[in-house]
Amino acid sequence: MKVTVSIRRRPVIADPHGATVARALADLGHEGVRSLRIDRTIYMEVEGEDDPDAVRDRVAAMCEQLLTNPVLEDYEIVVHP
Amino acid sequence: MVFPGSNCEHDVVHALQLLGADAEIVWHRETDLAGIDAVVLPGGFAHGDALRTGAIARFSPVMETVKAMAESGAPVLGICNGFQILCEAGLLSGALIANRDLAFICRMVEVEVIDTNTVLTAAATVGQRLRIPLNSYEGNWVDPSETGRHVIRYTDDPNGSQHQAAAVANSAGNVVGIMPHPERATEALLGSEDGRVLLEGFLGSVSANV
Repeated sequence: MKVTVSIRRRPVIADPHGATVARALADLGHEGVRSLRIDRTIYMEVEGEDDPDAVRDRVAAMCEQLLTNPVLEDYEIVVHP
Repeated sequence: MVFPGSNCEHDVVHALQLLGADAEIVWHRETDLAGIDAVVLPGGFAHGDALRTGAIARFSPVMETVKAMAESGAPVLGICNGFQILCEAGLLSGALIANRDLAFICRMVEVEVIDTNTVLTAAATVGQRLRIPLNSYEGNWVDPSETGRHVIRYTDDPNGSQHQAAAVANSAGNVVGIMPHPERATEALLGSEDGRVLLEGFLGSVSANV
């Protein structure tokens, strides 16, 4: 089953990469970009489970243990049955 | 401790031996640290910084033992990547993100000791200024919980670190992470000997704790 995990840096945490890209866009004349954040998306395929909710639970456990740092990030899981 | 991708372990051992310590390198797969009184997690790029700095190294078998030692009050020091690993492991508050200006900073910096109640700063004095090399890309410490103790600060602001923190301790003061490299400032030949007072304090804390 295919799963997409969107990992978003919490709004309170600075994003130096996003800030740099926003400045580059402004330098290139792209005006009006009020905010820009660069985040991480993980695409995976999970085997051995047919129930989307069970897959979601397994991936949530992966997020809690390794894939995200709760100090920095929130996450959203989308299961594609 | 040495993880796959650590690269400062020999510098640390050399510096500690120079100061009279009995130091050895231990592979991250070890779990038995019997006879070892204190731990240093060295700098480098454990697991190539995959996912986040320190994210994978924190699960190395040795880290369970390091955690137990930290909880029992043993001195634990993380330098650079070691600092990042201690944050990921939850032994220190906060996390380290990319430097504010996205520059890999590799130069001598000046830092000021602001809290001497830790194993790393025990031999220093409050307000003491030290010149120590900084060598990192993810040296920008953030701590939204505001629970970490920043114990050494940069006198300028090289990387955007919260409170200009260069070193952070746990509440007990026995676990400390520092971003600049004191082990690279232990001999005049290296351009500074200011790191000695920190490592001497650390070794003194080891003796006091045994």
